[in-house]
Amino acid sequence: MKYLPLVIANLLRKKLRTTLTIGSFAVALFLFGLLVIVRGAFSQGVDIAGADRLVIINKTSLIQPLPLSYRDRLLRMAGIKQVTFQNWFGGVYQDEKNFFPQFAVSVENQRAMYPEFKIPEEQWKAFVEDREGAIAGESTAERFGWKVGDRIPLRGTIYPGPWEFNLRGIYKGSRPQDDTTQFWFHWDYLDERRTFGKGDVGWYVVRVTNPDLSVQVAKTIDAEFANSPFETKTDTEKAFAASFVKQMGNIEFLILTVGGVVFFTLLLVTGNTMAIAVRERIGELAVMKALGFSDRFVLLLVMVESLCVAFVGGGLGLLLAKLFSLRGDPTGGILPYFYLQTWAMAAGVATALLVGVAGGILPAVSAMRLRVVDAIRRV
Amino acid sequence: MVRVDGNAGATSLIRVRGLDKKYTRGGEEIHVLQGLNLDVDSGDFVAFMGPSGSGKTTLLNLLGGLDVPSAGTITVAGDEITHMSASKLTNWRARHVGFIFQMYNLIPVLTAFQNVELPLLLTKLSKSERRQHVEIALQVVGLADRMKHYPRQLSGGQEQRVAIARAIVSDPTFLLCDEPTGDLDRKAADEIMDLVGRLVGEFGKTVLMVTHDPAVAQRAQVTLRLEKGSLVDAPTAADAP
Repeated sequence: MKYLPLVIANLLRKKLRTTLTIGSFAVALFLFGLLVIVRGAFSQGVDIAGADRLVIINKTSLIQPLPLSYRDRLLRMAGIKQVTFQNWFGGVYQDEKNFFPQFAVSVENQRAMYPEFKIPEEQWKAFVEDREGAIAGESTAERFGWKVGDRIPLRGTIYPGPWEFNLRGIYKGSRPQDDTTQFWFHWDYLDERRTFGKGDVGWYVVRVTNPDLSVQVAKTIDAEFANSPFETKTDTEKAFAASFVKQMGNIEFLILTVGGVVFFTLLLVTGNTMAIAVRERIGELAVMKALGFSDRFVLLLVMVESLCVAFVGGGLGLLLAKLFSLRGDPTGGILPYFYLQTWAMAAGVATALLVGVAGGILPAVSAMRLRVVDAIRRV
Repeated sequence: MVRVDGNAGATSLIRVRGLDKKYTRGGEEIHVLQGLNLDVDSGDFVAFMGPSGSGKTTLLNLLGGLDVPSAGTITVAGDEITHMSASKLTNWRARHVGFIFQMYNLIPVLTAFQNVELPLLLTKLSKSERRQHVEIALQVVGLADRMKHYPRQLSGGQEQRVAIARAIVSDPTFLLCDEPTGDLDRKAADEIMDLVGRLVGEFGKTVLMVTHDPAVAQRAQVTLRLEKGSLVDAPTAADAP
C-alpha cells in the first residue's frame, strides 16, 4: 500500500494518455461483453436445455407436422415418463416489429415438462379453465405493459384471421437466463379454429426416465416411426437447440475472430503506451535504482501500472456492457437471453489483465534491465 | 584523514585499493582508472577535480556501487562491495549511500515530501515514522514549508535542496555529489555548498564530491585531482604562493 501513491502519480503523469488507454480498454471490453451476450443469446438454449428432455420433430423438417396420435404411442414406449407437444403460431401483435414466440401448448403436461417456469397456482388454474386463456412470460408482459385479465389480440399469419386471448397468468424463470418471452395458449383452441392441419402438432417433447439412456430412447422413437408417412427425428433438447444455433452460421467463429482482432489491436496500443511511458522516465527509473529500488521492483512497478490501466478500463467496459444488458433485449425478441453472466465478466476482467500483462511485459523487462550508469548519463 | 598512497591503516571508512576501470569502445580499450588508491575517514569532505573524461564520475559510480570495477577493491565500513551480487549491492546502496546529482533528478509527479520519502519506502519504518524523518530532513535543508510543492513549483536551488534532503533522509554512511552546483547560479550554488558544509560540520557526514568549479572545490577539506587514472593531491588555496 505504501507504493500506491507512486503508482497513482505515475498513472496521472499524462492524464490524457492514461484516459485514452483506459478508454481503449473500456471500448474493447464493452465490445467483448456484447459479443459474449450475443453468443450467449444464441447458445443459451443449448446451455440451459433440460438434460432429460428429448425433442421429436418431423424428419423432413421442423415446419412439417406430426400427428396427435403419436402421443399415446410415445407414452407406451419404455424409458419415456412424460409427453407433451407444441405448435408454432407466428402471430403478430399490433406490429410486425413486436416479435415474441407464441406456442399452442398441451395444457396437460406443459407445466410439468418445464418446471423451470414458475406460475402461481391460481393463475395456472384460471388458464386451464379458460379455452381462450393464455400465459405470457414476464419479459413480454413487461414489454407490452400487459396485466393478468387483459385481452390480447393477435393477427394470425400461418393461421390467418384475428385471434384473441385472455391473459390468465404470467410466468417467471427460476434462473436469470431462462427465456421469459414466450406466450402460451391452448392447442385445443388452435386446433378448433384453424382451417387446415387439424389433429397435427408441431413437435413433441418427452421426458425420459433416465437421462443416461437419452440417446438409446431417441433411437427407439425414430425406429418406431420409421417407414411411416410421418417419420421422426429425435434429439436431446440440447442437440435440438444447438442445431438451431448452427442454422444462424458459425457465431462462435465470428465472435472469436472479431474479439481476437480487437484484443490484438488493444495489445499493440497498450504495449506502445507502456513503452513510451517507460522511455519517458528512464532517468527517473535509474534514480530509483540508484536509491536502492531493485530491478524486480522496477519491473513490478511498470507491470502494476499496466495492470491498473487494464483493470480500470476493462472493468469500466464490462460494467457498461452489464448496464446495457440490464435494459433487456434491444432487438425486440430476436435475442431473448440478453444477459451478461458473472463468469463472462470474470473472463473479461481476466482477458483485460492478460492483455495488460502482455502489453506491459516488454517495457517492464527493459526497465528492469536498465543500467543505472548508462541511464543517468542520458539524463 | 584522506590519503591516496594506499598506506593508510584498515580503519578508514572508505578504502580503495588498486582500482582499475577500463572500457572497450570501437574495439579500443580505454583505461579510465588505473591502480587507484584512496582512504577516506568518517566526517571527511573530499572534492574530486579533473578535466572532462578523466574518470571523476566513473570513480563516483564505483564508490556508490552503481558500476563494477575491472580490478581492485572498494571497502566501505568493513563491507567489500566489489564482489557483491547485484541484489546485495542494491540493498547496500539503500543503506549506505546518499546520491546528489547535478540535475537534481527528482520525480516530477511526486511532491517534495514524497520525493524525500522515496528512500524510506525501502525501510520498515511506519508511515508516521517516515513522516517524522521526512519533516526533519526538509527542516535541515530549510524547505519544511515547501513539502507539498512539486518540483516544477520550486527553483533550481530549492530542487537541489530537496534532492539533498532525499539523500540524507535515511541517514546514509556517506554522500556522493556529482556536480551538485553545476546547474545553479552562483548565489544558489553558494547556498547549496553552505548546506553541504553544514552536513559535514554539524552532522558529521562524509561527503565525496565531483566538481569542475574551483570555488566549490575550495569548500571541501581536501581536493584531489584525477590524472592519468590515478588520484593526486591538488594544491589548496592555502598552498598557493
